[in-house]
Order: sequence, then structure tokens, then C-alpha cells
Amino acid sequence: MCTTCGCGQGETRIEGARGQEHVHDHVHADGTVHSHSHDHADPHGHGHDHGHHEHAHAYEHLHADGTMHSHDHADDHDRGHGHGHHDHRYDDLHYGRGPAGAHAPGMSQARMVQVEQDILGKNDALAADNRKRFAEHGIFAVNLVSSPGSGKTTLLVRTIEALKGRHDIVVIEGDQETSYDADRIRATGAKALQINTGKGCHLDADMVGKAVERLAPPAGSVLMIENVGNLVCPAGFDLGEAHKVVVLSVTEGEDKPLKYPDMFRRSSLMLLNKVDLLPYVEFDVAKCVEYARRVNPDIRVIEVSATKGQGMSEWFGWIEYGARTAAVARGESLDALKARLAELESQVAALKSMLP
Amino acid sequence: MHEMALAESVIQIVEETARKSAAAAVRAVWLEIGRLSHVEPEALRFAFDVVKRNGPAHSARLEIVATDGAAWCMKCSQSVALARRGEACPRCGSYQLQVTAGDEMRVKEIEID
Repeated sequence: MCTTCGCGQGETRIEGARGQEHVHDHVHADGTVHSHSHDHADPHGHGHDHGHHEHAHAYEHLHADGTMHSHDHADDHDRGHGHGHHDHRYDDLHYGRGPAGAHAPGMSQARMVQVEQDILGKNDALAADNRKRFAEHGIFAVNLVSSPGSGKTTLLVRTIEALKGRHDIVVIEGDQETSYDADRIRATGAKALQINTGKGCHLDADMVGKAVERLAPPAGSVLMIENVGNLVCPAGFDLGEAHKVVVLSVTEGEDKPLKYPDMFRRSSLMLLNKVDLLPYVEFDVAKCVEYARRVNPDIRVIEVSATKGQGMSEWFGWIEYGARTAAVARGESLDALKARLAELESQVAALKSMLP
Repeated sequence: MHEMALAESVIQIVEETARKSAAAAVRAVWLEIGRLSHVEPEALRFAFDVVKRNGPAHSARLEIVATDGAAWCMKCSQSVALARRGEACPRCGSYQLQVTAGDEMRVKEIEID
């Protein structure tokens, strides 16, 4: 969609999905059906209006230590300029209509309409639907997030092999392209579905909901959702999972929790993977854990090596505890429903006995 | 670059509101974006300029009101200002902080004709 940054929506493909609006099915030589929607609303031209980039106060500023920050500026900077965000002179230049930055009804025929809606409200509502479905079926859903190459898929393969026979594990794989990861999971005998996000950089609740419908994970199963390898974008999109688990490998930097705080803040567990390589790389485990706890004081950490097996039993224990909790919660809600039904039945019987 | 997905959510909310209000056109869209939210405002502006085309908001201005971050410090037992996630309490240096404000991402209001 956007030729500069390469991002965009509406190009999602869920393996074998059909029946969506504006859907185009392609049958590949190997029999895989890809269906994706095209963005008809935006057929032409990629000439962006760059007016907004000539912003009065630049967001980039250089720190004393040489670090360049390009995000929203700090408080004191803002106050130093002594003007609010309403004072955007370029509005007149570029759009030539309305009083510049007018933010009051009555100055023109324009009306202000209160909206007050969360931008991610729709995704959050769909995530709540997924969460309800998981609860009703006692499914323990985990959203695995990491940067590319941290070893998520290998970790999953080893996990499925180890827990086979004890738990049904069903997998949703998110990648921009290819079904390589789902193929690797299917080779273990587990059920897996690939979602290709096309130009998208993360899975969202709608994609997962559709994938769950197709996969139909059995009651009491474990659903592993391997998100797109990206430590930024998947952080904000709730999928309805019980927990986010962030995988960080020791071949990356120990400062990643500070560089990508959103992801570490939202994760319940950090798996520090590839610890068998610690003798060969410069990675300070204690520092990494300290950084992770700075952004998330409650985060649990397990050091693992998916290939050598170190620490994996603790990770399996974490999954089994979650799966059991989900199953018990479902059992309790079933028991509560049964009790309520019995109570209603006795009330009906009492009422019937009062009839002449 | 999840800002494109966020911009699409914004435009959906805006177009829906415009339709319900029988608006001829949308002049401006006001967002409230917390300084601790996972949004890069300039990226969001860029994405909004792409997704607004061919709809009632095609010439709409995007106004972003940034809200300050705040957190509850467990050690100080009081609310403190927080400029960035991962930073320490400005009073005591502790990282035992619970963010209480500044992660908002909302469409506040729209100006329509």
C-alpha cells in the first residue's frame, strides 16, 4: 500500500480461507488456496502529501550521548515552545479551508462531533470474543512474540514433540509470506494453520478469530500463536490470548527490553533462548533480566536452549500449569451452569406444583 | 509500522461517525495519543494521509493532542511524571512503577460540514 515504508493492510491470506468480501482465490500448483482481499478503495497513485512532515517543532533530537530519538518530544521541550498542538500553520497552506486550527464550533458552519472511541476498540472487541471462546472451550492460548530469528519455531517444534500425548497443541503461524513455519509444525503431526499477513507487520484479533474457526482447536487444548517476527507492532494488538510470551535469544543484545519496552511490558514470560551459546557470545544475563524488570517488574524469566534442552522442562511446566488452569476454569463455569440449571428446574417444579 | 493499521482503524471510526452525523465532509480529526503509547505520531500522520483518500475525510486535517505519561510509584506511594517507559521514578529512582496515564490512543472528536 505505502511504497515508502512498505506497510499496509488488506493483503492478509489465511490458508484455505474463503467467503470474505472482495476475495480473490488463487490455487497454486501444490493445491494450496490463497485468498486475499484487494484494497479497491485506493486504486491509484501513491503521491503522498508530505506537508505534515514540515512540522513546526521537529521530533528528532540528539542526546548528549549521541543517541538520536525520533519519537514524540519530551515535556520540557514542548513547554519550552509555549504553544499547543493546535497551532499548525501549514493547515491553511495545504488545505486552504477553514480557520487555521479552529477548534470551536460557531466559527464556521462546521460542527464538532464528540467521538471518544479507542482507536484499537474494534480489535479489542474481537480479541474479547476470541478470549470468551477460549474460556468456553478451556483452551490455553499463548501469543509468542520476538524478533525474527530468535528460535520461536524450533522452540515450538521441540515443545510439541515433548508434550505430544499429554496435550493437544494447535498452532497458528504468522508470517508475511510462505507457509514454511506451518509446514515445520505440521511435520510433527500437530495441527497448524499459516496466516500470511502480506505487507502487514503483525497478527490482529480478526485474523486469529478466522484462523481459530478453521482450526477448531479441541476443548482443553493448547493454542500457540506464533506472531510475525517483530518486537514493535504485535505489542499493541490483543489477540485474546491468556499470555504473551516474549522470546529473546542471547545472540541478540541484552538491552532489547529497554529498546522495545512495549513488548516486554505486555509479556508475562520472557524465554531467554539459545543459552547454550552463552560461552561464545557477549551477553549479560543478569543485566538483561534487570532491564526486562525495569519495564515490567512482574515478568517471569526462564532460560532455555530449545536445541540442547536446557531449561525446557520449566517451560513445559509453565504451559501445563496454564492448560490445567484453563481447563479447571472451564470445568468450574460448567459446574456453575449445571448448578444454576438444577436450581431453575427446581423452581419450575415448585411453580408447577402450585398450579391448580 | 503498525501505524498503518491504526490509521485504518481511525478512518473507520471517522467515516462511521461522519455517516451517522450525515456529514458532507470531514474537516478535522482530533486524536488523543499518549506519550507512552506505542504510536509514532509522524508515522501516524503519514499513514492517515494515505487512508483518508477517496472518502468523506479526504481533505481532513489530523490534529494530535499528546497526553503526558504518569505512573504510580510503589516506593513513593504517589503519582509521578513519566516521560518514557523503562525510565526510573524521578523522585526515588525505583522501577516499581505502574503506568496510570499516557498510553491513550483515542479518536476524541471530529469537525464536520
